[in-house]
Formats: sequence, structure tokens, C-alpha cells
Amino acid sequence: MKRALCPVCSGSIDEQFLQLQQLQDESSPNFVSEVVNIYFHESEKLLRNLREDCLVVVDKEFSDYKKMGIHLNQFMGSSSSIGAQRVRNVCVAFRAASEQNNRAGCLRALELLEYEYCYLKNKLHELFQIEQQRILAAGVRYPQQPNNP
Amino acid sequence: MSSNHKHSGSNGNVCSSYNQKQAKESLHGRASVWKWRKTLVLLWLVVVLFVFIWVLNDGKLGRNVETPLISQYNTQDVLENCNVSMEKIASFACCSGSGYGMPPSSNIICGLKMLGSENQIFHRQCELVTGERCPSIEGANANYPGLPSSDEMSASFIPNTTSSSISSLHSFCKEQNKLQMRELRSHATDHCNKGIYIRFAEICFWILIGMAISYNLCRLYDKRRSQKHKMIHQQPLLQQPQLQQQAQSSSRSTGKWRKKLLVVFVVGGDQFNVSMNHVHALAILVSTFHHGKQPSAIDQKTFEDYTERTAFERPLTSGVAYALRVRHSEREHIEKQYGWTIKKMDIDDQTLAQECNPENFSTSPVQDEYAPVIFSQKTVSHIVSIDMMSGKEDRENILRARASGKGVLTSPFKLLKSNHLGVVLTFAVYNTNLPPDAMPDERINATVGYLGASYDVPSLVEKLLHQLASKQTIIVNVYDTTSEVSPIKMFKQKPPPPLQAISAFVGVLVITLLLGHIFHAAIKQIAKVEHDYREMMELKHRAEAADVAKSQFLATVSHEIRTPMNGVLGNFRLTLNFLQVVMEVGCMLEMLMDTNLDACQLDYAQTAHDSGKDLISLINKVLDQAKIESGRLELEAVPFDPRAVLDKVLSIFSGKSHEKGIEFTHDKGHIFVSVHLADEVKSPLDVKDEVLRQSLNVVEDDLNASFNTLSGFRVVNRWKSWENFKNLGGTAEDSGNKIKLLVTVEDTGTGIPPEAQGRIFTPFMQADSSTSRKYGGTGIGLSISKRLVDLMGGEIGFESELNTGSTFSFTVPVTKAEANTSDKMWQPCDTAVSVLFQGLRALVIDGKRIRAEVTRYHLQRLGISVDITSSMESACSYLSYNGKTSVLESEQFAMVLIDQEDWDKDTCFPFHNLIKMMRRDTFRVKSGLKIFVLATCVTSTDRNKLKLDDLVDDLITKPLKLSALISTLQEATGKRLETSNKPSTLRTLLKGKQILVVDDNMVNRRVAEGALKKYGAVVTCVEGGKYAVELLKPPHKFDACFMDLRMPEMDGIEATRQIRSLEKTYNERIRSGETSFGMNGTLSDWHTPILAMTADVMQATNEACVKSGMDDYVSKPFGEGQLYSAVARFFEMG
Repeated sequence: MKRALCPVCSGSIDEQFLQLQQLQDESSPNFVSEVVNIYFHESEKLLRNLREDCLVVVDKEFSDYKKMGIHLNQFMGSSSSIGAQRVRNVCVAFRAASEQNNRAGCLRALELLEYEYCYLKNKLHELFQIEQQRILAAGVRYPQQPNNP
Repeated sequence: MSSNHKHSGSNGNVCSSYNQKQAKESLHGRASVWKWRKTLVLLWLVVVLFVFIWVLNDGKLGRNVETPLISQYNTQDVLENCNVSMEKIASFACCSGSGYGMPPSSNIICGLKMLGSENQIFHRQCELVTGERCPSIEGANANYPGLPSSDEMSASFIPNTTSSSISSLHSFCKEQNKLQMRELRSHATDHCNKGIYIRFAEICFWILIGMAISYNLCRLYDKRRSQKHKMIHQQPLLQQPQLQQQAQSSSRSTGKWRKKLLVVFVVGGDQFNVSMNHVHALAILVSTFHHGKQPSAIDQKTFEDYTERTAFERPLTSGVAYALRVRHSEREHIEKQYGWTIKKMDIDDQTLAQECNPENFSTSPVQDEYAPVIFSQKTVSHIVSIDMMSGKEDRENILRARASGKGVLTSPFKLLKSNHLGVVLTFAVYNTNLPPDAMPDERINATVGYLGASYDVPSLVEKLLHQLASKQTIIVNVYDTTSEVSPIKMFKQKPPPPLQAISAFVGVLVITLLLGHIFHAAIKQIAKVEHDYREMMELKHRAEAADVAKSQFLATVSHEIRTPMNGVLGNFRLTLNFLQVVMEVGCMLEMLMDTNLDACQLDYAQTAHDSGKDLISLINKVLDQAKIESGRLELEAVPFDPRAVLDKVLSIFSGKSHEKGIEFTHDKGHIFVSVHLADEVKSPLDVKDEVLRQSLNVVEDDLNASFNTLSGFRVVNRWKSWENFKNLGGTAEDSGNKIKLLVTVEDTGTGIPPEAQGRIFTPFMQADSSTSRKYGGTGIGLSISKRLVDLMGGEIGFESELNTGSTFSFTVPVTKAEANTSDKMWQPCDTAVSVLFQGLRALVIDGKRIRAEVTRYHLQRLGISVDITSSMESACSYLSYNGKTSVLESEQFAMVLIDQEDWDKDTCFPFHNLIKMMRRDTFRVKSGLKIFVLATCVTSTDRNKLKLDDLVDDLITKPLKLSALISTLQEATGKRLETSNKPSTLRTLLKGKQILVVDDNMVNRRVAEGALKKYGAVVTCVEGGKYAVELLKPPHKFDACFMDLRMPEMDGIEATRQIRSLEKTYNERIRSGETSFGMNGTLSDWHTPILAMTADVMQATNEACVKSGMDDYVSKPFGEGQLYSAVARFFEMG
């Protein structure tokens, strides 16, 4: 059965996240939070890299877009894995800007990316809190249903 | 015509004082005219001709008037002149018209003619005869010395016109005549130059009309006046100018133009001239014998005798008198000489004094000059010693007479003593014989006295009448210048209708009518406006009410939505949580999707979910209404399966309808939705569909007073609901790919009252406001329905009867969907299920045919062939017969469906026995014969009771729903769909497998790991191509590898290539026997399946993958199905 899509982050997260949630089971009870934590960790690193890349691009007046592209690809991949739809979209735009050597576009996209990332992070935190409450509520019922196949 | 008016205006402006003079002059002229009368008659003919010409050219000439040929100044003068002459003649005519008498010695010539022309001709005549003798208007003074040159004349004329002195009046008149003659000579007599004539004629014509009107008015006026005025009217001759003035003023005041018969009597004025000449002679006599002799040869007695004896010479005079010119210095002397004092005429007394006694007059006050009468005829002896200068008319007369040396007439006034109306003719008596061209001053100085003759008008009339009485020849020439429509009436004219009064009356009437009409219209308008206002107010109220209803509706809806939404969502979440727990338990047992979840539970969950969705759609509906209202709703063509749609609708509303209990119960009624092709109902005679045919003849069941409907209640005739549809059956051209669906919704219940039927499609207008309280609802559904149907190009209609129910129908043209797309739309279980039940037979026992048809329809969807019987008894026989005859499994009944109504204790037991027997007999049937009861609402206790009785296998709740039917049948027959074998296969496939995940991205790595682990795989993760190559260097333990394509340092393709080359060398080594051991020793060929994980599934990438030696690819956020299909290829083989 599908889990209810949490309304708090309906905008920034798509079905992929639900699939992720489906992957969580008794063998890996904290699978989602684990993945998300990894994602946060990775993303922050990537964002840092991207910021540096942008600064390099701005300062040195010559393009180091290739590196930026790699970072963006990584960011995009991880974002789409957890279903962070909006972050991924911004990444696509960012990549397009970097491929066109559009410095201003890159900076703007970076800004937007950071914003979206923060938003997502907040939303996911909220979601986890709700999930925890839900699990607690489910845990209360847990013993009552073992006979029900 | 403007100039005409102007001139006629100037006509009125001409000073009346010299009008009189001129009148007199023309009359005087008459005296001498008799000599050339024959010529005049000839000329009148010319006049008539001229009038004729004028009449012909009337319309055209009217416009030409504005461009006169002569100079403005002259024109005006000439016109004035003409006007003056006109008046003279008109007055003459008037006096002639009223005065019948003529002197015995002369003939009367009456002519009806155009005055202006006459005048003109008169002058022309003057000119013609002027060479030998000028027609003397003024008698002796009217002798023209010859025609002066035009220049001279105009030069002398101009100062004369400005002069207003009394003495110049005569000369002025003369000058005018001269001028006129000059004009006539230079212009009028010029035959080439006809413009003048025309203008003259026209102007004169208008003046003529004016005068005619004046004349008539004067007569009208006179009738209303006193006797005195009648008398005046009868006075001929001299008073006429005054009357003329009166008439003219009245004509001016009325301002009306009337064409009237005009009769002009031209009277030869010989007698007057004769008497005037004699008076003149008398003056010379006095001058000669009284002043010329010393001592005087004349005294009072002599004068008296002489005048008495010569009275026949002055036929019209009543008396003559001689007044001496006395200067103030001489007064005493004269008074002494004659022995009386000079008396003054008292004007106030004059009118009153009947007995005119000289003693009554008061002594004249001191003045410069006196004119006491010293000699008088006996008839007027009473005026002796009275100062003539003291009378106003006399004084003027005297002054004018002595200045001009001619005879001067007064205007008519009341004479002394007789008090009759009369005029006084005065001649001055000079002491010397003055030359004819003497200056006025000389004349005044030479004056010694004045001779006056009085003309008494009544006596004049008397004389004229006397003359008429004698045998005189009277010649009357009558010329008609009026239109032919109005006949001429001469002499004894009937008094013309009081046109003024009539016109005034008519005017007042018209005004009254108009006012009445205006009032009427105004009142009507006011009433209309008021009515409109009321109407508008009513509309406004209605609009306001609708607005209020709308806002109330919105408020209600939003509230009503939110409340159940919260509840539903909350419940739904709880249900889901519950189910999740169940699933987790299932997971624990490693039977996640195989969990034998209660079908009902799933159904509930599904329904709850659908309800939530429905609620959302309700909100959308509200928005749709707004959207439709603003005309912004767009239609989208989407393939759909009407059955699935109906099922969905049913499942959504089944809960609600159960609550209301309106399904199939005997006391509540039903709702019946059916979809047909519109072509089916084209002709009621050949309907193939059983439901439609059944509804055609709704037969009442006599026994339990129920009808052949779903609930047994009476329903309205559904055929009527689409009666009004304009194009029911599709036309020929769109019959190809388009079909028209006819959807009817039949219900039982209150129905719609007839008065509300007109407005049920209006938004927010429910049939009755109490309805919403009773049954709920917002009144928006039907309006949305109508709009949607309209939008789709269909038609909607209904038939309703109060307390029976209503049937709504609508048609929708739809396009036939492609076969494959429609297949997709079918519920996935449908095909599978239909295989499950394919070829089974069922028996439906239902008293209501139509209900049985519905049941049959549902069962047929599952591939079950259905027989129908109407009662248990017939069913028993049917079943037993079938059981005996049919040997094949397919021919035997697999199930019996009995309606709740027909299921009763009496019949069920024998039936059940039969069934038991059959079950025993027909052991060949695998599942045996199953018995279901179709019930509307059954409580769980009822259900359990039925089940415990073991009489029936299960209950099927109505309304029949495909999913519910399937689940029930499945449960009963023990047939089960292997719906969740795929995930289980994946699980079995992957369980225990060693899988390597290569990805640089930690998140992806973790996700992939989690996904694979879930299906029991043992996952190893590396983060680079290098590690992967190392790990996958054969021999190794991995069963498969998931490889990310984009990785730093070594990407997936490069890594795969290396791995493949390693495998190749390894395989060669095995083949050569170098190393014969490994993980899979039996495996002759080492080939690790490598699956690419990629975010962008592009063909190029795909090809690159395959080229590098990869086996397959999965798109990165990978789903279960995809994973399965990819993995199955490798592991199933192995």
C-alpha cells in the first residue's frame, strides 16, 4: 500500500520519495532517514564545491565549467534518487547555464539552488518528525494486530 | 416672399395723415377721369390680361422678387407709392361697396379688379395723356407742367421725402406720382422689362389679399360693434381711410391672410368734384366781392341768399360758411364790428351738445390768430362767430388750405349741432390774385379768410339713395380674381363664418386635445415607468436573493467540504495506518503482497480513497461551475469506459445511498442509471434492449401493488424525458466514428413540482428551499450538468411527476476510442476475472424482470451466461430439469442468484433441498452450485445468520458493483487471482544474490542498496569504477552488477569494458585449462550481468552501454517492475 504523501512537502518531493519509503522495512528501519542524511551530507559538500566553482569562474574569468558540470551531475543524481524534484529542476537549469558559460545565470541558479535545498531540508525535517509520531502511533497498535494476517 | 412682407409692412407704416390726403386726391382725380374713361376700360382689359399672366407665373415669380431690378431706394419709394395708391383705391372701393348711392348725373362703374394694377395703369395712363393734359388729381393744382427729366425728379424727390411739413404734402404726393411715372416710363413701360410688372403685381396682390382680409375682418368687427360703428360703416367716401386703418391694424394684429371675394365699386365722383369746384368759385367770389370791394358787397344776408340759391351747385354739401382771418390785434375791432365775441369750439361739449347754441360756447381764449365765421349758409348758421381755429380738424384744415392754396379736406369728424359725421372742405381766400407757383409763405400772408363747406355723410347717403331710387343706369363690371372653389357672392353676402372664432375654438380644441394627449401620455409613461421600476425591483430582489444564495452556498459548501474532508482524511489515514501495520506484519512474514488482506478491507480502503478524491472533485466542481459560468471550461477528449465510470460512481455513492437506504428497498425507492446508444431509442417499436423494453410497459403487479421497476415503485415514463431532444439519433455524417450515448437516471421519490420544473437548471435554484433542508444538496449539480452537456454538444431533459419521481436523460456525442486504448482503460482485473468466470452459467431468480436484467448485465460482464426465472418455484423446476438434462459442465449452473424479495422461508427450504440434492448429484461440478442472495442492506448479523443457516453461500449487496461481485464470487467459488506474483518472483529471484552496486554518489548507492536489499539481495557497494573492476575480476562472488554510468575517474562504460576484457581473458584461461576452478566451476563462460543505472534513458547512451558490454539498463530512480523485468532475464535463466 502506498504511504500517504506528506502534504508538507508535496511541492518539493515527488513519488520517488514514496518509493524510497517503501524500501524501508524491518531490516533497515531507518533507511529513509539514513538516505536523507547522506543526501544532506553529500549535498552540502556539493553545494560548497559549486560555490567555489562559481567563485573561481567569477574571479579567474576563464571557465572551469567542466568541474561544475560534474558536481551538478552528482547533485542531480542524488536529488532525483530521493525525489527532490525541485532541486533537480534547478540543477538542470544550472547545468544549462554552465554549459552556455553564463556566469550570471550560474550565480542566480546557485542562489536558487541553495534556497531550494534549504526549503527541502526544512520540509524533510518536518516530515521526519511526523513520521516519527506516526510510527509511535503505529507502534501502539502493533501488538494488537499480530494475528491478523 | 420676404420682401413682400416687408413691403406690406411698410404699407402699414405709411403715415395715415397723408393716406387720407391721397385718398382724397385720388377721389379728386376721379372727377377728371371721366373724360378718358373709355381708355381706362381698355386698360382694365390689359390689367386683366396682366393678372392672367401673373397667375401663370405665380410660383416662379415669387422667388424673383428678392432681386429687384431697380435700386433699393427707388423700389421702396415706388412701392410705398403704390401702397398709398392701393389704399386709396381700396378705401374707395370700400366706400363704394357700402355706399350704393351715386349722383344722378353720373353712371356707376363697378369693377372687380386688381387694385395695384389699376393703380399702376392709372399712372401709366397719366403718363400717356400727360403730353396734352395731366390727369389732375388735385383739380387746378394737379396740373403737371410737363414731365421733368428723371434726374431732376429724383433730385427734387429726395428732399421731399424727408420733409414732413404739412405744406409740402401735396407736392410730395405730386412728386411721388411723378416719380412713379418716371419709373413707369423708364421701367414699367418698357415691355422688355417685365420684372417690374411682375413685382408690382405680386406685391400688389399680397396687399390686395391683406386688404380683402381687412375688409372681412372689418365687417366681422363691425358686427360686434355698436350702432355708431355701423353708421360709420355706411358712410361712404371720406371716412374710409380711417376704417381702412382700423381694418389694417386689425389685419396686422390678426396677421392672417385670407383670400376673399373682392368687389370693388368704382363710383364716379363727378358730383363731389362739381360741388368742390363751386366751393372754390365761392371762395373767389368772396375774395372779389367781400374783400375786393370797399365797402363789402357781401354781408350775411347776401351770402345766405346766394348760397341758398346756388345750393344745387354743391349737391353733396350740407352747408358753406366763410370765416375771416383775424389776428389778435384785430380781434376787438372785429368783435365790435359784428357785435359778437369770438367763441371757441368746445371739444368736450361738442359731442354732447345736441342743441348747438352759439350762446353755449365759451369765449375764445387769447390766441395769435382767429378764424371766426362771419357768413354762413342758413343750414349752418349756428356756427357764426365760432372760431374755426379752435377746432382741431378745422384748424389743421385751414392751415393746410392757406398754405397750399387748394381745397383741403378734413378727416371725418362729428359736425356741430347735427352731430353727424362729416368732412369739411376748406379753401383759403386771398386778397390778391396769386400766381400758381406762389410760395406757401406768400399764400399765408395773402390769406384773408377761409371758405368752408361741410359734407354731411348721412345726408350724402340720403342723396345717393335718392339718386338710386331714380331711374339711373348702373353698369357693374365684375371681375373675379379669387379662386374658383369659393363662389362669388355679391351684394348680399352671407356673413362669412366666424372664422376667427372657429379657428380660435379649433385652436383651443386642438390645444386641449394636445394637452390631454400629453397628460395621457405622461400618465401612461409614469405608469409604465412605475411598472418597470417594480419589475426591476423584483428582478433586483431576485438577483440579490440569488447572490445571497450563492454566497450562502459557498459558505455552506466550504464548510461542508472541510468538515467531512477532515474526517475522511483522518479516517483514511487511520485506515491506511492500520493497513500499513497489516502490511508490515505481512512483511515480517515475508509475504508482503501475498498477505491475504480481506477483500472488503481493501475495498473499503479503496472507497475511502475514492471518497477523498470525490470530495476534492466536489471542490473542483464548484470551481468548475465558476469556470463554466465565466465560459472558461475547456473540454478534453479522454478515452473512458462507461462501465468503469459507472462502477466508480457507484462505489463512491454506495455508502451514501446505503445510508439513505434508497437502493432497492421496498419502501424507499431506487436510483437507476442506464446508458444506451441514442440510436436504440429512435423508435420505441423495435427496441432490442430489455431494460428499455421493460420500461416501455410498466405493468402493475396486482398482488402486491408494485411495479416492474427496481424497487417496485412507480416511476415516470423515461421515454418522455428525451421526447424533446432535437437530434436524438445521430445524423448520417457523424454516424461513422461518433456515437451518441443516452444516459438516463431514474429515481423514485418526491419528484419535482411542475411549477419548479422550469428553473431547476438555474444555478442555486432548488425546487423548494425546504428541499435542501430535507434532503441536502446545493442546487448546483443540475446546472453544472446542463452546462457540461451543452458544452459537449448534447441535450438534457427530464420528466418528473410529483410524488412519483423523476427521470433525467441526456445525450452526449462521443467518439469511439481506439480498441487498444479502450483496453487499457479496462480495469486490469477485468480481463483476468472474465477468464476466471468465463463460461459459467448462472440462474437469476427475480420477480422483477427489469431488476433481473440488471443483474444479468452485471454477470454478463464477468463472462457468465445468465438465465432468468421469475419465481422460486419455476427456478426449482428449471434447475432440476437442467440438472437432469445437461451433462456437460458448461451447461450446468454454477450459481444461483436470488433476490432478497423472493427469498422467503416458505420457498427456500424446498429450494434448498433441491440444491442439496443437486449438489450430491452433480459432484462432477468442481465448485458445486453456489447460492447467493442479492440484498440491499443487510446487517452483519443478518449476514452471519444466513451464512450459519448454510442455506446460502454468501450475500451480495446491491447495488451490484463489479469489484464487490468479483470478490464475493471469488470467495465463494474459491477461485483466486494470482495478482501479486510479480513482486514475489522478484523476491525469490533476488533472494540471497550477491549484487555489486557501483556508484559514486553515496545517496544513489544507498538507495540502490536499500531497494535491492528489500528483495533479499546481498548488496556490496563501491564508489568507483576502479573498485568495481577490482571486485569483478573473476573469479568473484557477485551474481550481478549495477553500474552507474557517470562516475569520476572511471565511468561505467570504461569499467564495464575492462571487466569484460578481464572476463574474456579469464574465460580463455578456463578454456585452455589453466584455471579450472572457480565459484561456478560448471560455468563454462564467465559473464557477470552488468546493468547500467542511468538517469537519462537516451538511445545513444543505451547503445553505448550495449557496445561496452553491458547487458541492460535501468533508469535510476528504479521501480519494482523495472527492476524485476531487468533482473528476471538473468536470474530466471540461471
